[in-house]
Amino acid sequence: MQAMRILIIEDDPEAAAYLIKAFREAGHLADHAADGLEGYALARDGGYDALIVDRMLPKLDGLSLIGGLREQKIDTPVLILSALGQVDDRVKGLRAGGDDYLGKPYAFSELLARVEVLQRRKGGAASEPTLYRVGGLELDRLSHKLTRNGREILMQPREFRLLEYLMKHAGQVVTRTMLLENVWDYHFDPQTNVIDVHISRLRSKIDKGFHSPLLHTVRGAGYMIRDGAR
Amino acid sequence: MMALGKLFRTTAFKLSLAYLLVFAIGAGLVIGRVAWNVKGLIDEQIGKTIEAEINGLSEQYNQGGIRRLVFVIEQRIRQPGASLYLVTSFAGQTITGNIADVQPGALDRPGLTETDYRRPGDSAAEHRALARIFVLPGGFRLLVGRDLGDRETLRNVMSRALFTSLAWLVLIGTLGGLFVARRVLHRVDAISESAGRIMKGDLTQRIPLTGSNDELDRLAVNLNAMLERIAELMAGLKEVSDNIAHDLKTPLTRLRNGAEQALRSAQSPDEYRAALEQMIDESDGLIRIFNALLMIARLEAGQSGADMAAFDLADVTRDVGELYEPLAEEQGVALSIETDTDLQMIGNRELIGQAAANLIDNALKYGLGEGSAPGAVRVAARRMGGRAEIIVSDRGPGILPADRGRVLDRFVRLEGARSRPGSGLGLSMALAIARLHGGDMRIEDNEPGLRVVLSLPLREARVAQTPDTFAPVIAPVPRVAS
Repeated sequence: MQAMRILIIEDDPEAAAYLIKAFREAGHLADHAADGLEGYALARDGGYDALIVDRMLPKLDGLSLIGGLREQKIDTPVLILSALGQVDDRVKGLRAGGDDYLGKPYAFSELLARVEVLQRRKGGAASEPTLYRVGGLELDRLSHKLTRNGREILMQPREFRLLEYLMKHAGQVVTRTMLLENVWDYHFDPQTNVIDVHISRLRSKIDKGFHSPLLHTVRGAGYMIRDGAR
Repeated sequence: MMALGKLFRTTAFKLSLAYLLVFAIGAGLVIGRVAWNVKGLIDEQIGKTIEAEINGLSEQYNQGGIRRLVFVIEQRIRQPGASLYLVTSFAGQTITGNIADVQPGALDRPGLTETDYRRPGDSAAEHRALARIFVLPGGFRLLVGRDLGDRETLRNVMSRALFTSLAWLVLIGTLGGLFVARRVLHRVDAISESAGRIMKGDLTQRIPLTGSNDELDRLAVNLNAMLERIAELMAGLKEVSDNIAHDLKTPLTRLRNGAEQALRSAQSPDEYRAALEQMIDESDGLIRIFNALLMIARLEAGQSGADMAAFDLADVTRDVGELYEPLAEEQGVALSIETDTDLQMIGNRELIGQAAANLIDNALKYGLGEGSAPGAVRVAARRMGGRAEIIVSDRGPGILPADRGRVLDRFVRLEGARSRPGSGLGLSMALAIARLHGGDMRIEDNEPGLRVVLSLPLREARVAQTPDTFAPVIAPVPRVAS
């Protein structure tokens, strides 16, 4: 994972300090702006890979800030953080030009995973490859075929989409809620380990009988597909 | 005095006064009109009599000259109830008659006239008469009149009747108004007093009924029903706060205990790590409960602002069912999904998905077969007239009829469920979501097992509304049988 330059626009100094420290520990570069106007100026000129914007900010609120950036044709990916975690607030945030939305309080692992995925989206949105390859696992998005070491594996449509999402973000942590959002298109919080069971089903299909597993559980965060032999 | 002032200020009394005024004006008009008509009638009668006499007298004059006229008049004067007569010469000298004097100039106006006159031998009192002056050939003037004393008497009687009746009307009206006002005031005071006691906190108080089923009684019945509902809501609120206290304090206590325990006895970084992870799990659970509570509150307030759009309920039911299918399989539960096609509705797909997930989650948690019997959960989406129903049924222990209303309340977890994970908010949330969409939720017996039915209006039932202007309808809250 290459290091990202991240701008955190958050007025609560403690929360900001926590985020800066955590992002630096994860190997990224993090800057901080304490109000909307400062954040807007930095975001416009700073060439960041991703912005983390609190919704309620002094001087200029988060949604207006994002709107202003989008008007200036600055398409730096934005993740909105908000204490208002409800369905409609999420929709409002995304409509204003945000790329992702996370309600407070959140797990840092969730935030990190989402931000890292954002950067990837920015890099390769225009030309998605038709073939994903991780280790000996090959997923052909056009023919909907999956092979490992040349042997075909039969997949249900949903399993295929699940694996497709994981492979698109190979090497990155993908959380349970990210999977629910992107594979099933629901944003609620399933109360039990529904996603885990889907993953273990998937795992039994692609990893069973092979020496090096590709689908890994990242403790306390989510899942990641990567070539274990790397 | 205070009490009387209060009576005068009542609406009932003011209304009585208004009626009184209307009746008084009415009575005045009627009596006045009668008096006026009677006067007209009398005048007409007098006019006719005078006319006839004058005709007769001028006949006499024509036949026998002034001498005969005087003779006839003097004869008539002697009869009782005679009219008034006066004959004067051309120069104005009285020739004969029973009148001493008339208003000066009255004799110069031929025709019907009203004039004052004096009687001979009683020159002090003036009387009023209606008279006709007739000029006879030869310059004599003949006056024939009738005294208007009768008419005056009648007018006096009439006006006295008017004033007496008005006085009675005012007296009786005021007393009646006070009486009615007092009665109404008494009832209203009783209602106010009950309200006052209730405001002081005694919610068991009810407004007394008189049993007359009048408007005040009906008002009281409705107020009592309102109080009943408020008391119910208060009780519900109390139960919720008790439950919140229990369900939030328990994980908070565990959180705190875990931290204390780690501080006191953890030796290695691994032990600290385990304790911290445990605490994160606990706080995640708390956050989840808070989020669910907030969401239910916003849904129930009907101001979730959720985006409403058209979608197929069958798709959502199938998607969510399939989402839970591997979990069911892992638990050894047969999960079947059956849906009718094309169940278009307008609503928030996310919320409906959440509701369906809650129902399935519930069935998988609490609807497992007793002992070693394999569980079976059926998920279905059906068309029922203008509505669609999401039905989730299981073969578990079910819920006793007595508890069915209660499980929809926030945080209620029946005995036996407390030991298992869950917040007790899933069904409440599903119900709130259904109501936000103008739907409802029922809990039924699956014989054996539990069947939860989420009933939602289909799109065709709301053809009149376009998706853009659609606003969520908050259905009236039906009491769930309990």
